[in-house]
Amino acid sequence: MSAVQLLDVRDLTVEFATRRGVVQAVRKVDLSVGKGETIGVVGESGSGKSVTSYAVMRILDRAGRVAGGSVSFSGLDLLTASEADMRDLRGREMSMIFQNPRAALNPIRGVGRQIEDVLRQHAQAGSDDARRKAIEALTQVRIARPEERYNAYPFELSGGMCQRVVIALALACQPRLLIADEPTTGLDVTTQKAVMDLIVDLTRERGMSTILITHDLGLAAAYCDRVIVMEKGEVVESALSSTIFGNPSHAYTRKLMRATPRPGITLRDLLPEGEATPLPPPVPAGEALLSVEGLVKEYPRQGASRFMAKLFRKDVADAAPFRAVDGLSFEVRRGESVGLVGESGCGKSTTSTIVMRLLDPTAGRILFGGQDIGAIPARDFARHPLRAKIQMVFQDPTDSLNPRHTAGRAIADPILRLGGLRGGRTVRTRCEDLATLVGLPTDLLDRFPHQLSGGQKARVGIARAIALDPDLVILDEPTAALDVSVQAIVLNLLADLKAKLGMSYLFVSHDLHVVRLLCDRVIVMKTGQIVEQGSAADVIDTPRHAYTRELVAAIPHPPTS
Amino acid sequence: MLKTIGDRILTTIPALIGVVLVSFLLTRVLPGDTAAYFAGPAATPQAIAEVKAKLGLDKPLPEQFAKYVVDLAHGDLGQSLTTGQPVLADLTSRLPASAELTLFGLILSLVIAIPLGVVAAVRQGSAVDHICRVVVTAGVSLPVFFTGLILVYVFYFILQWSPAPLGRIDVFATTPPTVTGFYLIDSLVVGDYEAFRSALSQMLLPGVTLAIFSLAPIARITRASMISALSAEFTRTAKASGLSPRRVIVTYALRNALLPVVTTLGMVFSFLLGANVLVEKVFAWPGVGSYAVEALIASDFAPVQGFVLAMAIIYVVLNLLIDLAYGVIDPRVRMSS
Amino acid sequence: MSAPAAADGAPSGQQRPKGRFAETLSHARHIIGENPVTGLSFALFALLLLCAVFGPLLSPYDPLASDTVAALKPPSAHHWFGTDQLGRDILSRVLVATRLDMLIAILSVALVFFAGGLAGVAGVAAGFFGGWTDRIVGRVSDTIMAFPLFVLAMGIVAALGNTVTNIVITTAIINFPLYTRIVRAEANVRRNAGYVLAARLTGNSDTRIALTTILPNILPIMVVQMSLTMGYAILNAAGLSFIGLGVRPPAAEWGIMVAEGSAFIVSGEWWIALFPGLALMLAVFCFNLVGDGLRDIVDPLRRT
Repeated sequence: MSAVQLLDVRDLTVEFATRRGVVQAVRKVDLSVGKGETIGVVGESGSGKSVTSYAVMRILDRAGRVAGGSVSFSGLDLLTASEADMRDLRGREMSMIFQNPRAALNPIRGVGRQIEDVLRQHAQAGSDDARRKAIEALTQVRIARPEERYNAYPFELSGGMCQRVVIALALACQPRLLIADEPTTGLDVTTQKAVMDLIVDLTRERGMSTILITHDLGLAAAYCDRVIVMEKGEVVESALSSTIFGNPSHAYTRKLMRATPRPGITLRDLLPEGEATPLPPPVPAGEALLSVEGLVKEYPRQGASRFMAKLFRKDVADAAPFRAVDGLSFEVRRGESVGLVGESGCGKSTTSTIVMRLLDPTAGRILFGGQDIGAIPARDFARHPLRAKIQMVFQDPTDSLNPRHTAGRAIADPILRLGGLRGGRTVRTRCEDLATLVGLPTDLLDRFPHQLSGGQKARVGIARAIALDPDLVILDEPTAALDVSVQAIVLNLLADLKAKLGMSYLFVSHDLHVVRLLCDRVIVMKTGQIVEQGSAADVIDTPRHAYTRELVAAIPHPPTS
Repeated sequence: MLKTIGDRILTTIPALIGVVLVSFLLTRVLPGDTAAYFAGPAATPQAIAEVKAKLGLDKPLPEQFAKYVVDLAHGDLGQSLTTGQPVLADLTSRLPASAELTLFGLILSLVIAIPLGVVAAVRQGSAVDHICRVVVTAGVSLPVFFTGLILVYVFYFILQWSPAPLGRIDVFATTPPTVTGFYLIDSLVVGDYEAFRSALSQMLLPGVTLAIFSLAPIARITRASMISALSAEFTRTAKASGLSPRRVIVTYALRNALLPVVTTLGMVFSFLLGANVLVEKVFAWPGVGSYAVEALIASDFAPVQGFVLAMAIIYVVLNLLIDLAYGVIDPRVRMSS
Repeated sequence: MSAPAAADGAPSGQQRPKGRFAETLSHARHIIGENPVTGLSFALFALLLLCAVFGPLLSPYDPLASDTVAALKPPSAHHWFGTDQLGRDILSRVLVATRLDMLIAILSVALVFFAGGLAGVAGVAAGFFGGWTDRIVGRVSDTIMAFPLFVLAMGIVAALGNTVTNIVITTAIINFPLYTRIVRAEANVRRNAGYVLAARLTGNSDTRIALTTILPNILPIMVVQMSLTMGYAILNAAGLSFIGLGVRPPAAEWGIMVAEGSAFIVSGEWWIALFPGLALMLAVFCFNLVGDGLRDIVDPLRRT
């Protein structure tokens, strides 16, 4: 630990006024950052990690209030400083970057102008050199053609590009402290790596201190000198990154650490010690269940204005349609679990939606148990006997449950519609069996979604998907919206269910670690095409295609124990 | 940019077709003897038959519609029985009076409502916020003709600050020569300050009546969109960068908050053009609204139809202008093509 | 950042699962307790309904009986709200008019509620794959919206003829696009929600999804809109009778009574226009507050 502390937080307590009374979001938090030090603040949702940083910057929203403790920034007491002094510090001495970079920028102001606003506010530039300095700031965050980008609006830039602009904005005045609040959440894994590398390079170069707030213990350990773990508003552990994986002292850290997917482990290693039963033996893959041949999905490029233009000027050429899926062929065998991996926009969701028969392909065949289900219009497939045999677990467990139906009703829906079971008692018994199968206490069946936790909702979604004994279940990023400890439980549940019920999985994901844990084979997609496929271990350990190598290299590598 | 404007203008075509079609349907297809309506209440059977032949009501509907459209294209909206003039001439001569009053009311309410909404949002829970809430709730509940009558009673009958609610200008003042048709502007152009004062004092009460009416929706949406802009993530970034409150509120929050306000103006215009009819009746204002009301009372149908069609076309054009203005403020719309 | 999320498998203990209805009821109680104005507005609404039902029984005089001796008398112990130019008792007329005005508002809003809701849902059902119902409903709404609504109402009543039925129909027509827009917008938001996709996976037809999945989820929003447009409906009807369309004298209706009183404002007989005007204002005010209150009750964002 560095001897000179730049930021020193002692006993910080933050309260929020809610309808249920005052809630302490942060309790007696101690945190210090030395000059040039990078620390990570790690915790699951609701741990108070973001609130702590807002309190330091004094930008808590109206309901929040610092109830106790002290915050000093190079000797200055931030909690008693005047608002004018704070304003002077923000952006010049300490600045912040946020999750969801596109929303963090003013949508109707050019990005160059937004950087100028900060420069001029802190008298780092006048009217004559503001533009030049703003372009310089864009250059420093390695934005190509910065003069052009200066005039761009956020909606014209990609998410990664927006995050670079936000970083340029934050670093424009050469602050001494940077607080990065989930700076890469929601970005693709390769973009995530580029952004993290950029932050680390720029802050090291300038000898800045950094606080990285993240839910990803692996990311924090890979990029930070020291890691602070928070749980329910309190700091439970503070340790050097080099030792935290090897020797976590607090039980919660151990649980979090174990639940973080990493190379060289099995699914069971994600669970807390002592809770793991042996993994079910691997099922030998049978004959082909699903085989997709030359799948293509095209979308016409057109807007309302094109129609009018065509109406009045005959010479408007038909633009080539956009190919979201471009000649895809793959197979899923019985009892097999196949991962479909790629970054946003690669066509993996389109592919799974077509296989699911919610969307019609432009060309190609989808053979399911020998029958070409691609030829059946998506609209008619709802009443097709094979409908019951292909089911899906959705990405967002909250969004996928009807807010007006109880958990039991949600699980009963496929049974009543397609299962052919009649009679309240029979259906109820079946629901209870399914609930038990997915580890959902049966007394929760009468609850509405908003009365269930995230993990419980995920279990309801899984129970609904397996209610009809499907042959193929498509898992669309089923754990992306869950905290890492809940993800660990859900992934294990999925593996157990597959072994028990003999289903096949098509697992759509962006996370190679998770795919490696759950899948036998993996298919890597880029711009609508398959770049590589093979056994999960081969593809991830010895990737052959350059793109796969890039993906694998982009995963943060925490120091291993 | 030019292409976007062109495209947007083209999209008004379906709306105009719809408007013409509906106004045709109102004239010809609805139950009741249209010819009798057009001939007036005191018409003899022969007169009705004459009108029927003259209007071509004995022809099949598509043919009637074609004739209707051709007539419209020539600016023929029919003849007013009360004034004996072509409806189009009547409308154009009275339109400036209505336009001046409506715009005066709208500008007045924008000048009050936007700052009120902004301050209410910035200082939530303050006295201004409570005033805003009262204005918004009371404003939407007040029948516009009732507000007008109360103002007349208080400012004309009791306080005697205001002239009698009879028209655009004092009978003893000279009407300014027509340049724009707006008395306030025309009187200034010729430097007739006496006429200006008179026109202004006549306009004040009806203008305030309209302003009170349109205040509520504008203040309400300003406050709501300002609150959401102030809690937006980009505003948080601006605050975290230490920008001054003025810059945060004006450049970051307000400019974004104005987008929904501009959109709401379409609805406000719809309300205003309707309220205008009622206000003109209360204040005996010689505009198109009172013209239509007089025609209604006399069962003179052509002016009413002409009025409805004219208002609809004006409203379509206003909506077009609002959309184009939106494109100027919002780069996302401007560049989407 | 909200309250800490309950860990998986650990049911949040203090929250007893309740039925949807009981929960809504307790939530309503909470909203009313938090905002007494809402409670007051519900009471006022009940009062208006009472007046509409029992108005004729409560009124001290015959609302149509003229008494030239007592014409144009200011409010007094005999005539609390004064008398008009024909000597009719204004209090009685205001009370009796409640029934007609409420009837117009409720009937027209009910009409548009079913027409708009049905059209909207039909549009959504067809709208999964872009159906013609949706396009027709959209086109009709757009055409109505291309007119300033009150002006269109004038045109329609003028063409259809001056009757209360026509006022009801007209008011329903001009409110139609407001409803379908809301239904369509809300349904569109939900069209791609996970639970709608899930319902399709479990073998529900599009029509069934529209009726059993989407409709119940947007029904509360439609009810709120119904209360809010009731105020607009009553204002619209009163505005029409103010310019001589719709209800005809000597029938007691608030808009007509204000119109009759307007001639006497300049000579100082304020009470003729004031009391019916106040009644009108109070009714609209009450509908708006009830609408806001209902929105607070059904808005899931405000629910914990």
